Amino acid sequence: MEFFQRFAIPHPSPAIYASMVAIALVSIGIVVGLTYFKKWGYLWREWLTTVDHKKIGIMYLLSAILMLFRGGADAIMMRAQLATPEAKLLDAQHYNEIFTTHGVVMIIFMAMPFIFAFMNLIVPLQIGARDVAFPRLNALSFWLFFFGAMLFNISFVVGGSPDAGWTSYFPLAGNDFSTSVGTNYYMIAIQISGIGSLMTGINMITTILKMRAPGMKLMQMPMFTWSAFIANVIIVFAFPVLTVALIMGTTDRLFGTNFFTTGNGGMDMLWANFFWVWGHPEVYILILPAFGLYSEIISTFSSRNLYGYKSMVASMVIISLLSFLVWTHHFFTMGQGALTNSIFSITTMAISVPTGVKIFNWLFTMWKGKIRFTVPMLYSIGFIPLFVIGGVTGVMLAMSAADYQYHNTMFLVAHFHNAIIPGVVFAMLAGLTYYWPKFFGFMLNEKIGKSTFWLLSIGFVLAFFPMYITGLDGQARRMYTYSEATGFGPLNMVSFFGAGLMALGFVTIVWNIYYSFKNSPRDIGSDPWDARSLEWATHTPVPVYNFARMPQVNSSEAFWDSKKKGHQLFKGEYQEIHMPNNSGVPFVMSAIFFVAGFSFVFALWVPAVIALIGIFICMGLRSFELDHGYHIHVEEIEETEKKLGGAK
Amino acid sequence: MKIDHSQPLEYSTDQNQLNILGFWIFLGAEIMLFATLFTAYFTLAGRTGSGPTPADMFEITPVLIETFVLLTSSFTIGLGIHAMRLGRKNAMLAFFGITLLLGLGFLGVEIYEFMHYYHIGATYQTSAFTSALMTTLGTHGAHVTLGLFWGTFIIIQVIKRGLTPQNANKAFIFSLYWHFLDVVWIFIFSFVYLKGMM
Repeated sequence: MEFFQRFAIPHPSPAIYASMVAIALVSIGIVVGLTYFKKWGYLWREWLTTVDHKKIGIMYLLSAILMLFRGGADAIMMRAQLATPEAKLLDAQHYNEIFTTHGVVMIIFMAMPFIFAFMNLIVPLQIGARDVAFPRLNALSFWLFFFGAMLFNISFVVGGSPDAGWTSYFPLAGNDFSTSVGTNYYMIAIQISGIGSLMTGINMITTILKMRAPGMKLMQMPMFTWSAFIANVIIVFAFPVLTVALIMGTTDRLFGTNFFTTGNGGMDMLWANFFWVWGHPEVYILILPAFGLYSEIISTFSSRNLYGYKSMVASMVIISLLSFLVWTHHFFTMGQGALTNSIFSITTMAISVPTGVKIFNWLFTMWKGKIRFTVPMLYSIGFIPLFVIGGVTGVMLAMSAADYQYHNTMFLVAHFHNAIIPGVVFAMLAGLTYYWPKFFGFMLNEKIGKSTFWLLSIGFVLAFFPMYITGLDGQARRMYTYSEATGFGPLNMVSFFGAGLMALGFVTIVWNIYYSFKNSPRDIGSDPWDARSLEWATHTPVPVYNFARMPQVNSSEAFWDSKKKGHQLFKGEYQEIHMPNNSGVPFVMSAIFFVAGFSFVFALWVPAVIALIGIFICMGLRSFELDHGYHIHVEEIEETEKKLGGAK
Repeated sequence: MKIDHSQPLEYSTDQNQLNILGFWIFLGAEIMLFATLFTAYFTLAGRTGSGPTPADMFEITPVLIETFVLLTSSFTIGLGIHAMRLGRKNAMLAFFGITLLLGLGFLGVEIYEFMHYYHIGATYQTSAFTSALMTTLGTHGAHVTLGLFWGTFIIIQVIKRGLTPQNANKAFIFSLYWHFLDVVWIFIFSFVYLKGMM
């Protein structure tokens, strides 16, 4: 019996028992459903073993939306607990776990897969490639992310969630103060999905550097591809730092090493530094692709080419360099001294300059344009003023002397949500609406989409702007309650109301997908938005080989030129196309990673070692495997092209 | 698959070129990984708690043996790649075999060194310094161990399937990896051992 006690939840509550039942029922439902409709083979052949960047992108998208609701449930619980003074909905421990998982899920398991979804879906199409450079590795990246996310998500029903904040500062995250296995989950689940992220980084950089369509120079790449490229360079340089920090955190907790301990020479601040050397660039890994999406959308719906292309690229390069030079601003109050703090204040404020350049470029793109107020464009227009407010409060926080007042208050919470929600979340939803027809063959309903936008925008303002005020008044973040005498009650109630509106907004997205699936027309053609870049030049739905003939490019808007200036994109005869084979190994190997991770979390050494051997066997098999792929013949291409409505 | 005969065998297909570029980018990530480990080591090297200091622990003899063995292996794998470009399969296999044997020798001495540390009371848990030292050395040693398996697999494949573009590509990438481990070792030798013994 003692053996099984470690899997119990340290602080059980009815909500958690209800979740256990719900998880069990959903799992059984999925298994029964798949068996009843005889879909196991379909699932395995078409999805679990796929190496097609489009299908992998769709799986990233679904996972991200799922995790959005998981993290959103945490958010609602937090706002409900804080809505009134001295509420009893959650106890302190439960609240700690919820704000921790909310942060981790939203950053690592929602925002990251969302940007990876768009990178996978869009980048190969925008540069006119048939797939990414390493399709098999791409599948492995996805499954590692997926199983990392699953490992993290079972924590709250098996053994307990991490409770030391998403930053997981030591010594709080050490064994002395975080006694449950929760922080083990944090260290290992993020490690597993982090390996996947690093591999995506390598894959995308190689793809963008080597697989562009004939004629496409670097400075002719669409802006989203540029942003993806720079974000992936940041990934390759930032994620290894996290890898090392997580290894050290894991060995501190499991093997009693002394990296971040308070005795035997350990240095707890080393964790904070390593974490943010990764963590701040991570912010730009998320926001740069979002900027890229906004650039595409604003240019399309203003019917103008992007203003200041070169300055857009230059500003992203500068942001990526500066992103590695600002990490200390996350802990100005933790004793570096005035000189260090001043230097990091200046580098932090410097980032607002290239960001400001981008804002003006978007405004000038819209200037004198014929603006169409579609849903993606509404998000983009809403983004600009809201994000500027987030940026301005960021400059306030960057002043290290003033930061002593803001640090660890709700003001900070308001600031970074103000940057992330209009910056990243709005971009993801704009991108979702914009690219939906390309991959699913029908448009999302504009009317419902607009109500989603307004619910989210108004909800966002109501939820987060009051926190600026309560934060300046001294309401601390990560406190599970406050007394009535503080007077924080009414504004927190407003926040709760705003959070409710946002939740409603997210529900309308699901409703929109369902409604549009039922009612939207399917004859939308391949270019429903009258767009400008290559991803719209091929058929909808996109054939497995993307382009029957390689597009010929001679400008940054080759597709627009082909529509307006008679530039001929597709020339020559069809040729046989070489495609990579599907493989089950990435899925199996990642599943073994899951087993290894779970065993490490609970220090079950025998299964851990067996699983690690399994991982190495998978790698060995891959080394010996001969995989020549297969060929699509010319007749087959002609047939597919005809079926999709005309040769391209 | 199109083979471009104007290129060396390891670069002769599109996929081969992608693989090599991808691996260079991976090595960029590896540089960051070891840079972080070195940062941790430099930060924690003076924080020995009640445990031994670097000067108490390091001995020059095994470290010099490790250094010479590993540097030599980097030279022999270079010869192996040269032989491969000349199309001399047996010479290539011989040089790869010597490289792996030298790698094995390096690993043996490193294991001896770790046992020595254990006997003088410096374990993984003793202090922040020993934790950082053994993680840095251990990560490098784990890379060498993985390389031994990887290199063996490549030798088997070359024997079984000959000098195909795929095998040449794998062998070339493996040589990049092996040289990289040597570069890391030079940093370990200079800034961990020599600095620690001063």
